[in-house]
Amino acid sequence: MLEIKNLTYRVDDEGDCTKEIIDGLDLTVEDGKFIVITGPNGGGKSTLAKLIMGVNQLTSGQIILDGVDISEKNITERAKMGISFAFQAPVHFKGIRVIDLLRLAAGEKISVAEACEYLSKVGLCAKDYVDREVNSSLSGGELKRIEIATVLARGTKLSIFDEPEAGIDLWSFQNLIKVFENMRKTINGTIIVISHQERILNIADEIVVIENGKVKAKGPKDEILPGLLGTSAAASIACEMLGGDQ
Amino acid sequence: MALDAIQKNILHEVADLDGIPQGAYNIRANGTSAGRNTTANIDIVTKEDKPGIDIIIKPGTKGESVHIPVVLTESGLKDMVYNDFYIGEDADVTIVAGCGISNCGDQDSQHDGIHTFHVGKNAKIKYVEKHYGEGDGKGARILNPVTNVYQEEGSYVEMEMVQIKGVDSTVRTNLAELKEGATLLIHEALMTHGSQSATSDYKVLLQGEGSSADVVSRSVAKDDSEQIFEVSIEGDCACNGHAACDAIIMGNAHVVAIPKLDAKNVDAALIHEAAIGKIAGDQLIKLMSLGLTEEEAEEQIVAGFLR
Repeated sequence: MLEIKNLTYRVDDEGDCTKEIIDGLDLTVEDGKFIVITGPNGGGKSTLAKLIMGVNQLTSGQIILDGVDISEKNITERAKMGISFAFQAPVHFKGIRVIDLLRLAAGEKISVAEACEYLSKVGLCAKDYVDREVNSSLSGGELKRIEIATVLARGTKLSIFDEPEAGIDLWSFQNLIKVFENMRKTINGTIIVISHQERILNIADEIVVIENGKVKAKGPKDEILPGLLGTSAAASIACEMLGGDQ
Repeated sequence: MALDAIQKNILHEVADLDGIPQGAYNIRANGTSAGRNTTANIDIVTKEDKPGIDIIIKPGTKGESVHIPVVLTESGLKDMVYNDFYIGEDADVTIVAGCGISNCGDQDSQHDGIHTFHVGKNAKIKYVEKHYGEGDGKGARILNPVTNVYQEEGSYVEMEMVQIKGVDSTVRTNLAELKEGATLLIHEALMTHGSQSATSDYKVLLQGEGSSADVVSRSVAKDDSEQIFEVSIEGDCACNGHAACDAIIMGNAHVVAIPKLDAKNVDAALIHEAAIGKIAGDQLIKLMSLGLTEEEAEEQIVAGFLR
């Protein structure tokens, strides 16, 4: 179980001011759930995800994983405790191949066949990709899927995906939804996805709406989603889907 | 002459050899020959006027290889050799050179290999050269290789130069002259650490119509080490030249990249790219999120970069 208690993340704003990106946020995520976190841009969703992974250091509050306070632990320690993270903008590596990254993710020397299985799960024709370098010769959609494959290869108890739909074209997105629908059925651990997409919201057990650094609403999909679709939040989601500002 | 365990280990590092190689070879250990084999198509002859060998590859020789590793394990030895390669027309061969120094003494050990390639029409060679140093003595391990490549029409030369560990001081000097339709590919991988210094100087002259050259260097400079990479491509005709220098700088290292392009014809297309920078923070974060420590992440990034 993941418990977040009174979490605050403060940054220096212009001048002498400070600003709370996350402002006394409380959230409990039960094991085995598929949670989608949504809400307007700038509301603190990605920041919350990075605070859970340890990419950003919290200002105050607690993050507790299975009863252990991980607030002071670094990224490596949290990864070893069972947290995985798919970044919104996947990183390029000169010289590191897809197979190398999957092996590092799996934490053991997996065979090419096993690596291919992870790639197939994210809809990539494995033999075309295992030996490719994870560099800018790959498209945004390809990098995104490889990023997701590294999280699958880790197979940890908590997997976090930060806007998996960002930066990929509509065609790739259709396939991506299938990847998540499939993951929904097969993965044993807890999944947290940051997303604006109705089709991803639609496969959630629970939806969490974050606005102004706080949890604005949380509940089963059937309770939250209809409200979202008829509110200003839905309008803002729709605007974001169309690529415009609110 | 039989090789001892240290020499065998060095041979493994520089030439991936764990025994007597297939095909033609000449093994040089501490300034003298430790073994030689020739084949029906590849002859190796000791020079009479100066130290070194002539390697003569008959026209049309296909799929054969020549290994000419050098091993230095005596402290204080200064070794200089001239190796000349004559590659016949239409040949297609692999040449593996490489030099390893194990210096446990207090005097400097040095090997300067001057390699000259005369590459015949439409011949194709792949040349692999690895440098390696070890030993905990105070004496420096010094390697100053020179390669001169003269390419005839339609020839193809691929050179892989690797120096990853343990060489204290290197000055690499390379010259290439390409005739019509000749192609040259150079890939250099270099890592320096401690207080090492490495200088690479490449000069490529594209003299024939349709000739092309691609010089790519990837390097990592750690600790207090220093690297200087200088490349000059000169195009006298319709030709294509590309040079790229990509360096990761760490610790208190110092890296200099000096590109020079010289076009003497409107159809000479010459490009240079150079980049020096530290390891990107987001690369470290990604690998740490897979469970690696920061040090392990750095190692992986460097190893991949130099592959």
